[in-house]
Amino acid sequence: MAQVELHEIAHSYLRKPKGESDYALKRIHNIWDDGGAYALLGPSGCGKTTLLNIISGLLTPTKGRVLFNGKDITSLPPEQRNIAQVFQFPVLYDTMTVFDNLAFPLRNRGVHSQDIIQRVHDVAEILDLEPFLKKRASGLDAAAKQKVSLGRGLVRSDVAAILFDEPLTVIDPHMKWQLRRKLKEIHEQLNLTFIYVTHDQVEALTFADKVVVMCEGEIVQIGTPEDLFETPEHTFVGYFIGSPGMNFLACTLDGNVARVDDVGIPLDEKTAALGHKALGKMELGIRPSYLQLRSKQEEGSIPAKIRAVEDQGNFKIVVLTLPGKTLRAKVPEGKPVPEGNAWLVFPKDKLRLFANGRLVR
Amino acid sequence: MEKWDNNNAWFLVLPVFIIVAFSAIIPLMTVVNYSVQDIFGPGERIFVGSEWFKETLANRRLHEALWRQFLFSGLVLLIEMPLGVMIALAMPKRGWGVSFSLVTLALPLLIPWNVIGTIWLIFTRPDIGLFGFIINSMGIAFDHTASPLDAWITLMLMEVWHWTPLVVLLAYAGLRAIPEVYYQAAKIDGASAWATFRYIQLPKMRGVLTIALLLRFMDSFLIYAEPFVLTGGGPGNSTTFLSIYLVKLAVGQFDLGPAAAFSIIYFLIVLALCFVFYQVLQNVGKGERV
Repeated sequence: MAQVELHEIAHSYLRKPKGESDYALKRIHNIWDDGGAYALLGPSGCGKTTLLNIISGLLTPTKGRVLFNGKDITSLPPEQRNIAQVFQFPVLYDTMTVFDNLAFPLRNRGVHSQDIIQRVHDVAEILDLEPFLKKRASGLDAAAKQKVSLGRGLVRSDVAAILFDEPLTVIDPHMKWQLRRKLKEIHEQLNLTFIYVTHDQVEALTFADKVVVMCEGEIVQIGTPEDLFETPEHTFVGYFIGSPGMNFLACTLDGNVARVDDVGIPLDEKTAALGHKALGKMELGIRPSYLQLRSKQEEGSIPAKIRAVEDQGNFKIVVLTLPGKTLRAKVPEGKPVPEGNAWLVFPKDKLRLFANGRLVR
Repeated sequence: MEKWDNNNAWFLVLPVFIIVAFSAIIPLMTVVNYSVQDIFGPGERIFVGSEWFKETLANRRLHEALWRQFLFSGLVLLIEMPLGVMIALAMPKRGWGVSFSLVTLALPLLIPWNVIGTIWLIFTRPDIGLFGFIINSMGIAFDHTASPLDAWITLMLMEVWHWTPLVVLLAYAGLRAIPEVYYQAAKIDGASAWATFRYIQLPKMRGVLTIALLLRFMDSFLIYAEPFVLTGGGPGNSTTFLSIYLVKLAVGQFDLGPAAAFSIIYFLIVLALCFVFYQVLQNVGKGERV
């Protein structure tokens, strides 16, 4: 078990990186607490896997240091780092039985055979793999194979952290759910540091205590699922988390009112005051589920045209247009949706102001 | 839907049937025809039944050639398979070195077989051959025209030089097809280089190595051109392999009947052995272990 510290990490796949754009990871500096369940979330190509491979030691970062419990291990190879990694596709030793697969990391480390039998049976019990122990690993289904890959990590008693690289990609949907719950159980049971890479926000939000959102080689926000939803620190987080993503409107400030073209949206005083101090391009953000629709005009409301209504079962997505802009509102099932035109209300406490993409606060 | 008989469908398979008939069935049946008759000349022949087969099976020189053939193929496989895999493992994985070593290795495969025999014939000559001259000047008497052992050593060297590259190319292709993630997992599991080879590389190469083994076995079991040029089956009969003996019988002595019976037996041996090899390799490591 260990606390993982990344100290000013930057990585480039080129031998001689020149500009900023040559770096797959730009500057990563943070601490992953011992026993935490982290999800690393971001679109494909944002550097998630690179970061994971740096932690596991498969890659050596171009710059910066990796510390486990305060000890610098940047130059250590993976086998000396006590780390386990589960890959996107199940990696098995085909010719071996499930037992031998699970015992493999221990045998390589010269563990006493009596202890191996004990450990393998313990892990097999946790993962419900006991009936398969004597079977050949190649004959299992994808979910069981992925469990065996995970088991090879868990079997080592000294393992510091387990890294998951989109481990549920090849699993059937109903097994996905089961396996995700199993992972959560294991995390609670063993209290190991879990780092889970995914581009699926549902997976990230349900699995992790803390979600780390990455974009273009940088960490843009670390927070609980609630933080990410309520107060995204970057427009990217607002857009990436939530379905549909946050609505953004380019605006200018005029007293306590945000002007979007010729309409004014009132802000609370604190936000407006902070906004006046900030520099750069201003944007107003609101989650679709907080945008309220009225059929009649009321104070502070703004007229909009309804272009489409998508019925998603237990809620509806209403697509609205202001002159030159498109907004989406999420309306719960059963609530009436006005026809043709609607008046939009922006609740002050749910409005977020961004300057140059960063949250104003 | 109603089905109806339409014999025109046979025309669709006719082209293949004709090609296979002329390339395989008719020649084979001709051989079968020869093997049961004693032919004196055009229009003069008598049916002898299984006599040629009995005679061939009892032929002591053929037995010797058969054992020689087994020894040769066995040595070829024992040397070339591990050597080929070792070279493939040592080859560069990226960069200009890949194309360079692939082209260099493929060169022996591009040379006509009888030219290969001629190259080694000259190369190992004690008087003017580079190899033969150097060995002899070191005080070791080496002459493949005089000593059966030297003839075998020369043949084996030539064979290994000629055909190991095929095993290398196949093994290399198999190695390159292994996803990087297996090596990463092995690293994390703390696997030694040997364990990585034994549990990842070797199992993943099984398919290509099966093909390599079958090809090398068949080719070496049917070898003719190179030893014919290099040693002509000598000294004595020490390098007379099955095909060399067969040609001596059929062309040299014009005994078409016994030669045909011999051909059929030869064919059946190769077929049976390939079948056994294939079955064994397909099923190796598939059974459930307890």
